[in-house]
Amino acid sequence: MTRRFLSFRDFDWPLLGMVLVLCTISVFEIYSATLHTKYAAYDYYAGSIHLKQMGFHTKQIFWISGGLVAMFFFSKIDYHKLIDFVPWAYGVSLLALVAVKLVGHKVLGARRWISMGPVHFQPSEWVKLILILIVARYFANLGGRNLTWRDIFKSLLLVGVPMVLVLVQPDLGTALTYLPILVAGLFLGGINIRQALVLLVCATVLIVGAWSSGKVLKPYQKARLTSFINPDNDPKGTGYQLRQSLIAVGSGGVWGKGMAKGTQTQGDFLPIPHADFIFAAFGEEHGFVGALLVLLLYFFILMRLIQNAQTAADLSGSLIIMGLVAVLTFQIAVNVGMVIGFMPVTGIPLPLMSYGGSSVLFTFLALGVAMNVRMRRFVN
Amino acid sequence: MYHGGTTRGEKLPTLKLAVVQYGILLIMLALAAGLWRLQVLGAENFRQLAEQNRIRKEPVMAGRGKLFDRENRLIVDNYPSVSCYLVREQNRNVDNDLPLIARGLNLDLEQLRATLRRYRARPIYEPIPIKQDITSDEQAFIEAHLGELPELETIDVERRLYPRDGFAAHLIGYVGEVSEEMLNDTHYAAYSPGDIVGKAGVEQTYDQLLRGEDGSRDVIVDSHGREVGYLRTQHAKPGQDLKLTIDIDLQRTAELALGDANGAVVAMDPRNGEILALVSHPSYDPNAFAVRINHADWDKLITNPNHPLMNKAIQDQLAPGSTFKIIMSAAGLQEGVAQNMRVNCQGGADFYGRFFHCDHHHGVLGISDAIPESCDTFFYTLAQKLGIDTIAKYATEFGLGQKTGIDLPNEMAGIMPSTQWEMKNYHQRYYPGNTISVGIGQGETQVTPLQLARALGGIASNGHFVRPHVVMPDQNIPAEFRQAVQDSFPGSGDKDVPLNPDTWMIITDGMAAATTPGLYHTAEAAHIEGVDFAGKTGTAQVVGGGDTHTKGGAKTPNSWFVGMVPRRNPEIVIAVLQEHGDWGSYSAHVAAQMIVTYVNKKRMRDHNVLDQASLGKPVEMGAVWSDPVPAGRRRHGAASLPGQDSVLHAGHFMVDPGPLTPARNVASSLPSLPAWLLALPLRFKEGQT
Repeated sequence: MTRRFLSFRDFDWPLLGMVLVLCTISVFEIYSATLHTKYAAYDYYAGSIHLKQMGFHTKQIFWISGGLVAMFFFSKIDYHKLIDFVPWAYGVSLLALVAVKLVGHKVLGARRWISMGPVHFQPSEWVKLILILIVARYFANLGGRNLTWRDIFKSLLLVGVPMVLVLVQPDLGTALTYLPILVAGLFLGGINIRQALVLLVCATVLIVGAWSSGKVLKPYQKARLTSFINPDNDPKGTGYQLRQSLIAVGSGGVWGKGMAKGTQTQGDFLPIPHADFIFAAFGEEHGFVGALLVLLLYFFILMRLIQNAQTAADLSGSLIIMGLVAVLTFQIAVNVGMVIGFMPVTGIPLPLMSYGGSSVLFTFLALGVAMNVRMRRFVN
Repeated sequence: MYHGGTTRGEKLPTLKLAVVQYGILLIMLALAAGLWRLQVLGAENFRQLAEQNRIRKEPVMAGRGKLFDRENRLIVDNYPSVSCYLVREQNRNVDNDLPLIARGLNLDLEQLRATLRRYRARPIYEPIPIKQDITSDEQAFIEAHLGELPELETIDVERRLYPRDGFAAHLIGYVGEVSEEMLNDTHYAAYSPGDIVGKAGVEQTYDQLLRGEDGSRDVIVDSHGREVGYLRTQHAKPGQDLKLTIDIDLQRTAELALGDANGAVVAMDPRNGEILALVSHPSYDPNAFAVRINHADWDKLITNPNHPLMNKAIQDQLAPGSTFKIIMSAAGLQEGVAQNMRVNCQGGADFYGRFFHCDHHHGVLGISDAIPESCDTFFYTLAQKLGIDTIAKYATEFGLGQKTGIDLPNEMAGIMPSTQWEMKNYHQRYYPGNTISVGIGQGETQVTPLQLARALGGIASNGHFVRPHVVMPDQNIPAEFRQAVQDSFPGSGDKDVPLNPDTWMIITDGMAAATTPGLYHTAEAAHIEGVDFAGKTGTAQVVGGGDTHTKGGAKTPNSWFVGMVPRRNPEIVIAVLQEHGDWGSYSAHVAAQMIVTYVNKKRMRDHNVLDQASLGKPVEMGAVWSDPVPAGRRRHGAASLPGQDSVLHAGHFMVDPGPLTPARNVASSLPSLPAWLLALPLRFKEGQT
């Protein structure tokens, strides 16, 4: 492989610009949504030492900064090297997922976190990136030819194994985000309509079977998944969050109530307003106009990524970016859909907006790889 | 192994990428449509929901009107207290919290669950009262658990403070939480659950005036129900204070005089129907009802054979005994039968083939002796001559067998038998032999102490019968409310029954003779030197016949006394009942003590210069003074005694205190009585200048 100088002139500055605009909005919204609530920054004392509990917006700034550094770092790594290396990473992450199940921290009844010294991390979030790479590698290897059933089953296994491991944590939301990677891979990798229909039917049967068997999903997960259809059926149970979210978004009206003036957020009615429901908080404070602007930003970011996929030097590069597009699209659709009552409450964060280190780092790392794909488009 | 070389240059089909792009566009449009639906189309609706979320209406409780006696002395007051409510809306899982709440508020868990069950059908935003008058410990518990138990709420209320020891409890009544049954009654349409409502006595009858109007306050809350701020407040309208007709001194005397005996005392001014004292014994502590009464105490109250909750003065229906002879006398004299009737009492007589006893061999006597002697034989004979329907006619005229219309709830009517009554209730002809017993106040006749006081007071007032009442009428009581109280007992009220002058004279003199010592001995226990006190005792046998008080094996007769001062046109009439009190003369003691209090108070009032001063007339004052010592006699000794040196004089002066118009500034600067007395001469000077 010939080494060439990769110029930052080829770096996707417009994409980065849009991403940073979203991140700025995110930081301001996290600040505004947690102001006067139990999530806000506070002073406390350890013995005689005066300490400050950082606000979530401050922490988010740190995460974003770390993410940017990681992004620049990854954008310098040839994605082909990553693809060469990814089977190892895949194996390690399967082990990590098993380890989480065995020795992970139990938070709210689910084991999702693993501690290494002072650092806690959630392997399921990183698995996303690894899956994007390995799926890209797999389908790129197939070279765009028509897929055989054997190829399809292999890809199903490739994604299915980590998905099941995450599902049993149990973390339904993250497990579901693995699906679009597979779907995008299959669709772009050359599945034909007949195969797609058969898969769809099989999937439907499987889902219905799993649902009615009652063994795969826990009752609270089922309740969560159905409460969005009619939150008033259970206004005090799982429907409560959704109902408060709808009230928040709806009461925002066209122009919104203004920054830090959302009654739903300030009154602590909206659940987790800085993370899963940040879009509801944003919608309440900035109204239809603000929400639409954010959607538009997402749309442009996705379109820009697809354009990058189109101009990628090879199939594997394209597939990497499209995997990222699939994950982002899925997360946006599900998160915003949840906030406005189209989708069940699954706990999937809104990329680039929701507070959360793992989510921010994943997004920036994936963007770094995508940057590299773009920068290498004229290489060779 | 990655075949990088083979894929080089291969591209994703543009068509597929276009499909992805359009797919994303569609998703975005769908999300935008969803936002449009909520934020543009549904904005108004959701804005209201958001307001409802954070704004809660909180009641501001109105203080209940206080009660004063006729001399403006406070009887029933309020004190500040805190009530705890539970709002189901504010927590998703109230049921799980109940054990913790029960522990923290010292409630019975089952009882708490039952309370919640009762409110199941009510809207979930409606606060459920779970404990009233919580202690500071319990309040601290609620504050410490604000986060965990957002459904708990406290409200400041004014709570009733009643006199101790059940003083005047039956007259005052008590308040409690409005019950489910009451809420279903149209009469209580304006009440909502948790409201405090009068449940007996004046508290019940005058509830509408006393309760005032609760205000409300819009409170901004967060999702845990913590108050963040206020929007607007609608102030509560406090209830109206009421001045009662009772006199605390007289009431206290009556309660002390009655002592441990079961029974009742009513003192009334027969000129206007003002109730001066009303006692029922045993009593209860109304304070126990002000906070929710616990089951054990309640059971004790309702199973007590002495019926502490019953207001015996207006609800106890008993045979009147010999006090009925006054009514017999009035009937006989009005009919012209008794005047010249002479009966030879041989310790009883035969009527309708049966021997009826008398206490003594009274010998031959007329009506003037028969009343103070309380000779049964005389009244047996009179009853036989009059017949049951004539007796019933007069008794009914005088108000027996019907409610007096007092402004207290649940008054009983009593029974006055007649042929018509017998037919209506037993579907049979009246047996004339029963008339004989009726003549001495036995048989089926049943009266309440209040009825008896009104009837005998009315006869002594030359046939002027009044409607009794316990609340002073000269207050700001709305006309429609007054009318409603009046209309609650149709047919009762002030009424004049013309009596012959000799009827009036003979009866009143007869009753006065009964209390005169050394004459007839029946009521001489009630004699008070220098007071024109008339009265009639009654000793009513306790035998079957509808009497509900035969329980407990007590066959001791009920002891009655009705007395009045003075004998004609009395100012006060007192009816005393002691259940199983044996002889009527015991009850006469009680009445006598009350009369002493009454007369002493009256005398003090009559001799109070200040009271008369307001009349603007000269007042007679006694004084003792000495002449100044002449200067020449001082030499004989410096330590000369005034008794030796000066002449003491005693005499009476007429002093004109002048009009009391400048009293305003005097009263405000010198409110106490001694100070006011000191100020008197000062004001003379002011008047002169």
